[in-house]
Amino acid sequence: MKTFEVLGTGCRKCVATAESIERVAREMDREVIVVKVTDPATIMEYQVMSTPAVAVDGKVVHSGSIPGHDKIAGWMND
Amino acid sequence: MLEIFTTLATWLTYDLMGLSPQTKLGTSIHFFIEDTTKILFLLVVMIYAIALARASLNLERVRAYIQQKNRMVGYFFGSGFGAITPFCSCSSIPLFLGFTSAGIPLGITMAFLFTSPIINEVAVIMLWSLLGWKFTLAYIVVGMAVGIIGGMVLDAIKGERWLKDFAAKAYQKAAAQAESHPGELEVPEPSKLTFKDRHQFAKDELKEIVGRIWKWVLIGVGLGAALHGFVPDGWFAANLGSGQWWSVPAAVVAGLPLYSNATGVIPVMESLIVKGLPVGTTLAFCMSTVAASFPEFIMLKQVMTFRLLAIIFVILLTNFMVVGWVINAIGPWLFAGL
Repeated sequence: MKTFEVLGTGCRKCVATAESIERVAREMDREVIVVKVTDPATIMEYQVMSTPAVAVDGKVVHSGSIPGHDKIAGWMND
Repeated sequence: MLEIFTTLATWLTYDLMGLSPQTKLGTSIHFFIEDTTKILFLLVVMIYAIALARASLNLERVRAYIQQKNRMVGYFFGSGFGAITPFCSCSSIPLFLGFTSAGIPLGITMAFLFTSPIINEVAVIMLWSLLGWKFTLAYIVVGMAVGIIGGMVLDAIKGERWLKDFAAKAYQKAAAQAESHPGELEVPEPSKLTFKDRHQFAKDELKEIVGRIWKWVLIGVGLGAALHGFVPDGWFAANLGSGQWWSVPAAVVAGLPLYSNATGVIPVMESLIVKGLPVGTTLAFCMSTVAASFPEFIMLKQVMTFRLLAIIFVILLTNFMVVGWVINAIGPWLFAGL
């Protein structure tokens, strides 16, 4: 089961990103874990400079905007 | 070419709605219609064009670029990149930490963060169309000066002493590494983007930016229109005195509790100036509204001790006031064209 971490200090876009991922997971009938990472020290470890960012199973796959539906679907399938 | 908007406004306000250009309501509405349509049109065209060019700019490359420059040049580039990079303020923290953990001095990172909300393509477009190129140039110079001087002062007092622990440690580690291994920092490869990629990026940027600021444009122009129509010309000069020294600090203090996107404040600035508020005072007010924002400070609190935040606050305010006084002094030159 994949773990999606949404990196961001809590602004509206980060919340929207987490919701997007959960929605796509439901559509594709996949079980995933979605975690919101808001602690700046932890985000720094991921070396991400613009949020919202997404990491799948610990690896950063996207940063700087709310990911689109197709992109998220792609991650589910990887 | 842009007269089409004036014509549109004239037709709608005086012909269709039957208002008279002699009345305050008439002039306000005319101003509102002309400026909102003109600005929205310019925004759509320019944001798209600029985003097309900017698609290949990414923060990792900016950071690597700045890392390699000497300090003085670093301030200039920090501020310069802040001017051309848009970001939403929720990215301030990751960006701050990203720069700091790469060993970039606090002052340079802050030059970026100070200038960023002040100068952006939307602000420049609006200023140019409302106030002309001279004023726009002055605004850009001032916006960068705030960033550069603010950054330099911060480093001069060794502001990095007052970062929160985890940020301070990351900075020291990177700085030490840079000293022991100079010249080993690599610049990431520029990404190869097709025109289709650029177009997609530009489209997304356009949607995102316009979606975010159109309300500010309407509110800002609305306020500007009200000022235009209902405040008599020269009122400010008569009542607040032209360029009395205390008008500048007063303007800065007035701007503090207000928060606006640069977009919203610029139409108001135009009206203030036309009604006689001295240019420097107006600029000080605008900077204070835009650049000293509580949301941003709350974000920065996560990586800075309160003491550092307070110092930054004081530096910013002093900056705005000095800028206000200096521009008031050279104001007459700026106005030769208006």
